[in-house]
Amino acid sequence: MTNHAGPPDTPPTEQSPRATGHPAEGDAAATPTRPLPRDAGSWASKVDRLTETRVGAPAANVVGRRLTGPVQGFGKMWRKTYRMNIGAGIAPRRAIATWKEHFAEFWPQTSTFEPSLTGISPGEVALLDVGIGGGARLSTGVFVLYADEVSFTLMTPQGHMFAGWITFSAERAPGSDAHQATQAQPTVVQTEVLMRANDPLYELAMALGGHRKEDEFWVQTMTALAKYLGAPPVEVHTRMVCIDPRRQWGNAGAVWHNSMVRTALQAMAAPVTAIAHRRRRAPAPPARRS
Amino acid sequence: MAEPTTTMHVRQVGDRAAVIDIKGDVTAASEPVLMSAYEQADRQGARRLVLNFRGLEYMNSGGIGMLVTFLIRANRQRQELAAFGLSDHYREIFELTRLDEAITIYDDERSALSDVAS
Repeated sequence: MTNHAGPPDTPPTEQSPRATGHPAEGDAAATPTRPLPRDAGSWASKVDRLTETRVGAPAANVVGRRLTGPVQGFGKMWRKTYRMNIGAGIAPRRAIATWKEHFAEFWPQTSTFEPSLTGISPGEVALLDVGIGGGARLSTGVFVLYADEVSFTLMTPQGHMFAGWITFSAERAPGSDAHQATQAQPTVVQTEVLMRANDPLYELAMALGGHRKEDEFWVQTMTALAKYLGAPPVEVHTRMVCIDPRRQWGNAGAVWHNSMVRTALQAMAAPVTAIAHRRRRAPAPPARRS
Repeated sequence: MAEPTTTMHVRQVGDRAAVIDIKGDVTAASEPVLMSAYEQADRQGARRLVLNFRGLEYMNSGGIGMLVTFLIRANRQRQELAAFGLSDHYREIFELTRLDEAITIYDDERSALSDVAS
C-alpha cells in the first residue's frame, strides 16, 4: 500500500549554496555524492556539548552540557500545543520573522532570554533565567536546533526543566479551494512543546503546578507577539496530550545536572564566591624588608 | 492544489519485519501517512519496523517530532524501530537530536534485516 500526505509545510530556505544543495560557482571541491536537500541550511551542525558563545556571558549550567531530546528525559512525554489565529492580514513569514527578531521582548517580565549576537539562527545558544515561582529561579539555556522562514525549534540541554523541543511556527489555515482563490486564509501561529521532565525533581515540580505555569508562560508570550504584530485581540488555545505515560527511571540520575538546584546553590554561594574573586584580584601586599 | 509530498510503501519481509519505504518530504503533515503505514505493518504482525530513508528529500523539525511519536507507538507494542538509507546530512540530524539512541541506524537494508532473518 502507498500512503500520501499533504499539503506541505515546507518553505524554501535561505538561498545559500548549502541550503540549495548546489555547489557554489567555481567551487570544484564541493561535489557531494548525494546533493544536499533544501533543508540543509535550516539545521544546526552537530554538537556533542554546548559551548559558550559570547565573551562574558554568564553561562553557568550551560557550558559543557549535552543536548537532551524527548527520547532522553525522565518523566511522562507530553505534547503541548498553543495556537492562536492572528488574522489574514499578517503573513506567516512576517509573524515568524518578528518573533525571531524580538523573541526576548515577548517573554513575561519575570524571565529573561539572552540570545547570542546573531539571534535565532541554527546552532546558536541562548541563555535563560526563568522565574519558576516562590522566588525560585532557573538559569539554563537553549540551543537553536532548526530555523527556516516559517518555523524555528529550540532544544534543551541537561539540567533544563525538560528534555525536548519547542517549535514555533506559523501557517495559513487550511481552507477550501474556492475560498483560497478569493482571499487569503487566516494565519495560525503555534508553539508546540514535545517534552519529558528531565529528572524526578522536575517531574514532581511539573505535576505540582509546573505545567500550569508553563501554559501561562506561553499564553502570555503569544499574546504579546499578537499585540506587537497589531493583530486583533486573540485567544490562545491550549492542548496537552500525553504521548507516553511511562517514566524512564534509567534517566533518574539526571538530577545531578538539575539547574534549579544548582541555581539555588549558586545564589547561596554568591557572597563567598564574590569575596574569593576580590581576594584573587587584589594586588599582593609589598614584601617586608628585614 | 498542492501535490502530495510524502509517499510511504509498506513491504512485509518474512513473518517478523516490515520495511516502510519513505519518499519525499517528512514534516508534521506526514503524520497521518506514517501512522497509516504503521497500522498496516502492525496488522501484518511485524516485530521490527525498518524505515527506509533512501527517498527522503526534505525533513524539518516537525518531521523529527513525528518520528518520536512513531517511535513511542512502536515501543508500546514492544516493536523495534530501525532505519537505513540516511544520507550523511540526515544521519547527522539523527545524532544531533539524539534520535539515533532510540532508532538503530544501519547502512543498508540487508544489515537492518540481518538478525531478524537469522
